[in-house]
Amino acid sequence: MGSNMDGKTVVIEMRGIVKRFGDFVANDHIDLTLHKGEVLAVLGENGAGKSTLMNVLYGMYRPTEGVIRIEGKEVEIDSPEKAIALGIGMVHQHFMLIPPFSVTENIVLGSEPRKGISVDLAGARKKILELSESYNLKVDPDAKIEDISVGMQQRVEILKVLYRGAKILILDEPTASLTPQEIDELMEIIRSLTAAGKSILLITHKLKEIKASSDHCMIIRRGKYIDTVKVSEHTEDELASLMVGRKVSLRAEKEERNPGETVLSVKELRARDYRGAEILKGLSLSIRGGEILGLAGIDGNGQSQLVEILTGLSKAESGEVRMGGENILNHTPRDTFLKGVSSIPEDRQKHGLVLDFTVAENLILQNFGQRPYSHRGILNKGAIRKHAAELIERFDIRPSGCEERPAGQLSGGNQQKVIIAREVTNDKELLIAFNPTRGLDVGAIEFVHSYLLGQRNKGRAILLVSFELEEIMGLSDRIAVIFDGRIAGEMPGKDADEYQLGLLMAGGKAE
Amino acid sequence: MKSGMKQKILKSPTLYTLLSIALGFLLGAILLFLIGVNPAVAYGKLWNGIFGKPKFVVYSIVYAAPLIFTGLSVAFSFRTGVFNIGAEGQYIMGSLAALVVGLLVPLPAPFHAIVCLLSAALAGGLWGALAGLLKVKKGINEVLSYIMLNWIAFYFSNYVINQKAIHTEQGADASRNILKSASIRMPEFFSRLSGCTDIHWGIVLALLAALLIWFIMAKTSFGYQLRAVGYSRSAAEYAGIDSKKVFLLSMGISGMLAALGGAVQVLGMAERIAQFASQEGYGFQGITVALIGGTNPIGCIFSGLFYGAMKYGGNKLTVVNVPTEVVNIIMGTIIIFIAITPSVRTVLLRAVRGEGGK
Repeated sequence: MGSNMDGKTVVIEMRGIVKRFGDFVANDHIDLTLHKGEVLAVLGENGAGKSTLMNVLYGMYRPTEGVIRIEGKEVEIDSPEKAIALGIGMVHQHFMLIPPFSVTENIVLGSEPRKGISVDLAGARKKILELSESYNLKVDPDAKIEDISVGMQQRVEILKVLYRGAKILILDEPTASLTPQEIDELMEIIRSLTAAGKSILLITHKLKEIKASSDHCMIIRRGKYIDTVKVSEHTEDELASLMVGRKVSLRAEKEERNPGETVLSVKELRARDYRGAEILKGLSLSIRGGEILGLAGIDGNGQSQLVEILTGLSKAESGEVRMGGENILNHTPRDTFLKGVSSIPEDRQKHGLVLDFTVAENLILQNFGQRPYSHRGILNKGAIRKHAAELIERFDIRPSGCEERPAGQLSGGNQQKVIIAREVTNDKELLIAFNPTRGLDVGAIEFVHSYLLGQRNKGRAILLVSFELEEIMGLSDRIAVIFDGRIAGEMPGKDADEYQLGLLMAGGKAE
Repeated sequence: MKSGMKQKILKSPTLYTLLSIALGFLLGAILLFLIGVNPAVAYGKLWNGIFGKPKFVVYSIVYAAPLIFTGLSVAFSFRTGVFNIGAEGQYIMGSLAALVVGLLVPLPAPFHAIVCLLSAALAGGLWGALAGLLKVKKGINEVLSYIMLNWIAFYFSNYVINQKAIHTEQGADASRNILKSASIRMPEFFSRLSGCTDIHWGIVLALLAALLIWFIMAKTSFGYQLRAVGYSRSAAEYAGIDSKKVFLLSMGISGMLAALGGAVQVLGMAERIAQFASQEGYGFQGITVALIGGTNPIGCIFSGLFYGAMKYGGNKLTVVNVPTEVVNIIMGTIIIFIAITPSVRTVLLRAVRGEGGK
């Protein structure tokens, strides 16, 4: 071993990796080969076994079977420390930084260079500047983490790994919270890293990024190794089909429609968060029937508060929320629902479902007090079950016949289907969908999108709040960008341009 | 297949309850041995004290009535996510209301008892809802207000008993006895038949209450709301359920149940209230009953009967020079084992699964 068809050195070779958790096989004979200076994308749906495989490589799990070779030498990686010593570094999806510490302090944390009994921060600072120079990773070593952008925080995470001498970088869903501009910068960084001889494992389910950055793509499906392909030889649709194991279409089919009457109109909404800081600063928007308004923006610009106010969960200081002409600002959640607002919440396990309730019980969470589900305060179990059986069939909630199972036992995608089945059949004038496909696999995403479009075609108004720009652009008739508690700009969905949106999302002005 | 069977058994909560009870007795035996008592003799006496004569069994059942009520009280609020450590205070308020009405409001026979029970339920319901009000209006943790309300009820009861209209004139530090019309004792026929002179309708009321609570929980839309809030307050609120109203109602009903426990004890057994030197503990024992019963209303019937029998049989341990506290130690140990059940269960299930995996 040591070279391959391209004549490049093999840095990591995983052969026949099996990882069992009791009866459950998370990784079933997986092979992975990473060459020096290349980007290998690891593609798979949620729960396919990507994270397990990476945790095996990073020493968090011991494999049940299989061999790992680093630069041709067989190794046993039994701890992250061992992995780091072997030159493997991991950049986690959720940053592990201490906000009040400076960039330098965060980077050296855990391996502080010493000078006598004190930490040699000046020396560390110099080394960090050198690293940032040579890999084009722009950071301010003296800035505090809490003051810098998410993109720069990610560069700090990458520097942290490089500082420890990593030659192999595992990037786990690195673009999850970045703007399009920041994603482009990250792609640049990846290129300069590989040019300098570093090798990269990119864990992702975003096909566009794989196309933009990776040489090879390794595909896992339900724990099994499927194939390793050359990225340049396959289209995005082909990669998606390999990932899910059947033909999928990434573009939601959308017919043109003329929107109807205004359903929701929000005027000059102002609200404070729990700390008393102003988070909505005079936000106004309106949605008409038969229209999807996509609300784009980076997390933390007031989206959560807006949705909480629209659903009656929290209160605004001033402004107006009109549903069909009636001001429902600061009404109770129940009243808001009765006035025509339904929603798919951001956190499906906390707000969308009672996990210990059965699927059948969850499907009547708003309507339990009405016939046929109850009469004079007595529940009608037969009617509740029948309703559930119908929706399980119609929305293909799996496993079939799960009426009496606790909702917590279903997979994330099927939990989301339960919520969608409930909200879509509530059939209210307005449907709010907050990150409705977060954490779902391609098949489930397709399903969610088709139901959102179905509701739109029925003439319902839909507010789609999402951190995934692609989702917003694919579905919306009109796109509004939220920045710092206000609508920073609006444009028709069909003319939307990723870069204009990205500028608005980052607080700039559209040209 | 075989490991599937094993898993099914290992998942059943009843198994762990029985296991915990066995371990409680085992630890009790060790302690008895350490204080120089032959466990076999002590347990033999306990067994005899409960099952030795039909009369003893009837007494054990009579003893269970207030415990089933306080157990139901704790179990009920537990389902909405509220830990009713205030059952003791609600029990006292219930017994006090029953006593005062039973003493000072003369009414014809069956109605008098019914009015006493209703006043007790009202008093306990308000006492429980008071903690609920503090919780939903002011955000005060119910555990704190429950504990303080327990002491307020305790001293209030002592104060009332020392009032001239209530206090007995016969020297004892207690109230006068309730009027005959307020009594819920069974007719003499039953006491002669069973040999138990204290037999009263309390146990029948307790069984009815358990069935009613089970029905409310499982079959009504109100119970659905209670369970929704108990499992996930955030999801229930998101769906438009008014969790504050649910908390108030559940804490009020929970208070009523504990108070009825106090009422049946006064109207059926004690017929008066003595000046308290310390809290009697029926409310706290209700926590034990609820936990052993798996916070299930039907389970509370069985665990209440169990605790009642242990209390009654335990009284006789003094005969063989064994402190009756042994019973408390056994009950406490059982609770500890029940509390660690989830982890024991995980370990056992993992062991079985590991076996099946290879």
